Amino acid sequence: MLFALVLIPLAFAGVAFAVPSQRWRPWLLPLGGGAHLGLYAAALRESNLSALDGWLVLDPLGRLVLGLISVLFLLSSLYAPAWLALRPGRSNRVFCANLLISLSMITLITVAHHLGLMWVAIEATTLAIAPLIYFNRSGRSLEATWKYLLIGSVGIALSLMGSFFLAYSAVSSRLESSLLFEDLIRDAPQLSRPWLHAAFVLLLVGYGTKMGLAPMHTWKPDAYGEAPGLIGTLLAGGLTSGAFLAILRFFQICSAAGEAAFARPMMVALGLISMAVAGVFMARQRDFKRLLAYSSVEHMGILVVGVGIGGTAVFGALLHLLNNGLTKGALFLSAANIHRAYGSKLAAEVTGALQKVPISAALFLMAFFAITGSPPFGPFISEFTIVRAAIFNGQYAVAGLFLLMLVVVFVGMGATVLPLVQGEATASRPDALLTRETFFNVAPPLAFISLVLLLGLYIPPFVSSLLKDAVAMVELR
Amino acid sequence: MHSVVDPLLVIILLLNFFLLGTSRLRAAIAGSAAQGVILGLLAALVHVSVGPRPLLIAAGAALIKGLVIPILLIRAMRDAGIRREIDPLVGFIPSMLLGAIALAISLMFAQTLPVVPSQAGSLLLPASFATVLTGFIVLTTRRKAITQVVGYLTLENGIFIMGLSILEAMPFLVEIGVLLDLFVGIFVMGIIINHINREFSSLDTSRLSALKE
Repeated sequence: MLFALVLIPLAFAGVAFAVPSQRWRPWLLPLGGGAHLGLYAAALRESNLSALDGWLVLDPLGRLVLGLISVLFLLSSLYAPAWLALRPGRSNRVFCANLLISLSMITLITVAHHLGLMWVAIEATTLAIAPLIYFNRSGRSLEATWKYLLIGSVGIALSLMGSFFLAYSAVSSRLESSLLFEDLIRDAPQLSRPWLHAAFVLLLVGYGTKMGLAPMHTWKPDAYGEAPGLIGTLLAGGLTSGAFLAILRFFQICSAAGEAAFARPMMVALGLISMAVAGVFMARQRDFKRLLAYSSVEHMGILVVGVGIGGTAVFGALLHLLNNGLTKGALFLSAANIHRAYGSKLAAEVTGALQKVPISAALFLMAFFAITGSPPFGPFISEFTIVRAAIFNGQYAVAGLFLLMLVVVFVGMGATVLPLVQGEATASRPDALLTRETFFNVAPPLAFISLVLLLGLYIPPFVSSLLKDAVAMVELR
Repeated sequence: MHSVVDPLLVIILLLNFFLLGTSRLRAAIAGSAAQGVILGLLAALVHVSVGPRPLLIAAGAALIKGLVIPILLIRAMRDAGIRREIDPLVGFIPSMLLGAIALAISLMFAQTLPVVPSQAGSLLLPASFATVLTGFIVLTTRRKAITQVVGYLTLENGIFIMGLSILEAMPFLVEIGVLLDLFVGIFVMGIIINHINREFSSLDTSRLSALKE
C-alpha cells in the first residue's frame, strides 16, 4: 500500500514521459492525482501501515499532511490541461513528468520514518520542482531557479549536517545507533544534550529554508513570482508542508528528550520574525505573485509559532496547515487567471479585474479575505485558536505581536489586492493569453475556496479525528 | 590511525585557504577536486576494518568529487570562456582572514561537544566545521556561478567529513543517497549554468539581479 502510494505517481510520470501527444499528456496529471487520492482514502481505513522494517510508516501526522497534498495535487492538476493548452508551442513533457515525480517524492516525505530517507525525499522534491520553476524559459525565471536551487541546496546541506549531529548524539551516548524515528524517540532521554541542541538548530534552519521561514526565505518571492501559478500551489502547499512535517518530527524528538523548552522559544522567535518580514515586504508590493510569496512566508511563520506556543495552539497550527494549503491553492490559481488575462502581474498594470475576469477576481478577493484571517473562513478559526492558546499560556507578548502582525499583513495585502480587483479595467497587454474564463480555469480555485469555507464553518468528523491524532503525536500524549 | 588521518585533514584545511585565496577558476575547481580525492582516501582509512562497504563509498566519493564534477565544471568554464573570478564581494585576502576566523571558531566549537573516545583529540570534527564554513564564505562572496558551485561542493565536503565520524551509524542507502544527491544537485546546477550562459552570455550571477525588492 505504502509502496503503491509512492510508486503509482512515479509510474504515471514514466507514462507522461513516454506519451507522444502534447494534447493528451496533461490529462495524466488528474488521472495520477485521482489514483493517488483513491489510494490515500483506502490507506485511511487501515490502522497501522508500515513497510521496509519500519522505514516507511503512515502515522497520524503523515496522514494529515498526505491528505492535504493529495487533495491539493488533484485539484491543481485539474487546472493544468486548460492552462497548458494556452501554451501549445511549448513542450509539456518535462513539466507533466516532473509534477508527478514531485507528488511521489512529497508522498515519500510524509511516509518516511527514517531520518536519512526523509532527507533524500526532500532533496529529490527540491530537484524535481526546479525545472518547473524554469518553465517560462525567460531570464527572470532562470534567475529564480538559480536562487531556488542554490539557497535550497544550502538549506538541505545544513539539514543533512543536522541529521549527522543527531546521529552523533546517539553515537556519543553509546546507544545502538539507528536513525528510525521510533528508536530515536524511545532513546531520546539518553541522547547527548550538546549534540542534540546543535542538531535541532541546524535542522530548524535547514528545513526552515525549505519552508521559507525568514530570514532564509529569499528564494521564495522569486520562485513564486516567476513560476507558473500551478507550481506556486505545489510549492506553497506541498513542499513547504513537507518541510514543516520534517521540523515537527525533530521537534518530537526534542520534546521526547525533555528539551521542548529549548526548542519552543526558538520556533516562536523564528515564526514571529517571518511574520514581521512578510508584513514589511507586503506593504507596497507591486507584483501580486510576489505578494503571495510573502503571504506564504507569513503563514509558515504562523505554523511554527503555533507549535512553539504548544497546548491547543498545536491543534491550531495543524488546522492552519490545512487551511493555508487550501487557501493558497485558491489564491495562486485565481491569480494565475488574472495574470494570464492581463499579461502582467504588476499591480500598476492590473486594475478592475472584477470587470475583466469576474469569477477569478471574485475568487481572488475571497481567498484574500480567507488568508488574512477573516471569518467565516478556515484560517480565522486556526489563527484564533493559536492566539487563544498564547493568552491562555500567559504569553501575552507573543499573542500581542501575533495579532499586530496579522493586522499589518491585512492592511499591506489589502492595499495591493483591493485596487487590483476594483475600479475600471485596464487594457490587457498584447501577449495576454486568457481571453475568457472556462470551467477548468475557475472550478479548481472555486473548489479550494469552498473547502476553506467548509473548514471554517464545520470540520468534518474524519478531519477532526485526523487532527486530534496528529496533535497527540506532536504533543507526545 | 590518527597518524595518517590528521595530516590528511590538515591538507584539507590548507586547501580551504587555497580555495579562499585563488582567483583562477581552474585552480578553484582543481582544489575542490583534490579535496574530493583526499576525502575518498580518508573514508577508506578511517573505516578500513569495517568491511568492503566503506571502501565502495570511498571509491564513489573520490570518483564523483574528484573526477566527474570537476570535468563538468571545467567544460562549463570552457564553454563560457571565463578564467577568473573578478571583483568578488569580499576580496581574496579578507576572505582568507575570514577563513582563519572560521577555523578558530570551529576548533572552539568542537571543544564544547562531547566526542566518542576513539575520536578524542582527532581533527575530524573541527576540520568538518571549518570546511563547511569555508564553503559558506565562498558561496556567499563570489559572483561567478561556477565559483558558487565550488563553494557548495566545499560545503558538501565538510559535511562528508562529519559523515565519516559516524559512518557505522549510517546505513549504506543513506550514504549512497548523499552521493547521489550531490551528483544530481551538481548535475542540475550544471544544466542551469549552461542556460545562464546562453541567456546572458556570461556566467556572472550579478547579472541575475532583475528580481529584488
